[in-house]
Amino acid sequence: MAEIGTLHYLVVAAALFIIGTIGVLTRRNVLIILMSIELILNAVNLNLVAFSRLYGLHGQVFSIFVIADAAAESAVGLGILIAFFRNKETVNMDEVDLLKW
Amino acid sequence: MNPVATTFFFYFLSAIAIICAILVITRRNPVHSALLLIITLLAQAGLYLMLYAPFVAGVQILVYAGGIMVLYLFVIMLVNIERAQLEERFNKQWVVGALATGALGGLLLFIFVKGRSIFPATAHMFPEQVNTQQIGLMLYRDYLLPFEIASLLLLVAIVGAVVMAKKRI
Repeated sequence: MAEIGTLHYLVVAAALFIIGTIGVLTRRNVLIILMSIELILNAVNLNLVAFSRLYGLHGQVFSIFVIADAAAESAVGLGILIAFFRNKETVNMDEVDLLKW
Repeated sequence: MNPVATTFFFYFLSAIAIICAILVITRRNPVHSALLLIITLLAQAGLYLMLYAPFVAGVQILVYAGGIMVLYLFVIMLVNIERAQLEERFNKQWVVGALATGALGGLLLFIFVKGRSIFPATAHMFPEQVNTQQIGLMLYRDYLLPFEIASLLLLVAIVGAVVMAKKRI
């Protein structure tokens, strides 16, 4: 079999990115949408680490920053979700219409 | 020491990651989705180890699979999932969304296959023993300002999460 190169990792990362994007665009549950965003961020991390094998350690340092951002994003997103659930008793994205008239 | 069975482990871990990711976005129960997402994250940590990034793999397991996913599971327990299990899983525009995203995936694959020659064939072999040390040096020397900004971002996120989840301030 062929040697596993950077291209293989890029294809896996692209597949995870696409799966995450489909989850964001098609699901109704806000929790699943937040998990899909985590999948997208992980795909980006895999790209960064795969390229850091070629061009030095900068990619790995950036992937640590991406993980810190993901932690902040999920904390704020879940806080918004709890506040919304307290008001409307639902976790569905298409029922979030408090700002519509 | 030369790595053993790289090809097998790459395809094994990638298959686990992708299959569990597909299950994450199709399961009805959010608890199952969260547990499958943990398996995906652990498989990705294995892929990081194969890319000679042991520190990132450790951070992935500790912070992602250990910290963030516990937060998700707590919130799933707080909200009412019995009602969500009876409802429609996908929204009305799911066909359009899936088609557009599939087109984007086809475009990415096309670009990767056409441009495969721009990636260098032989990768550098970074020594694994000093990986953590070098990342620490880079974080505190070259990336000191982004590091401080990240800490400030985490502080703002903590305060924001408490403010938004609190009943009355």
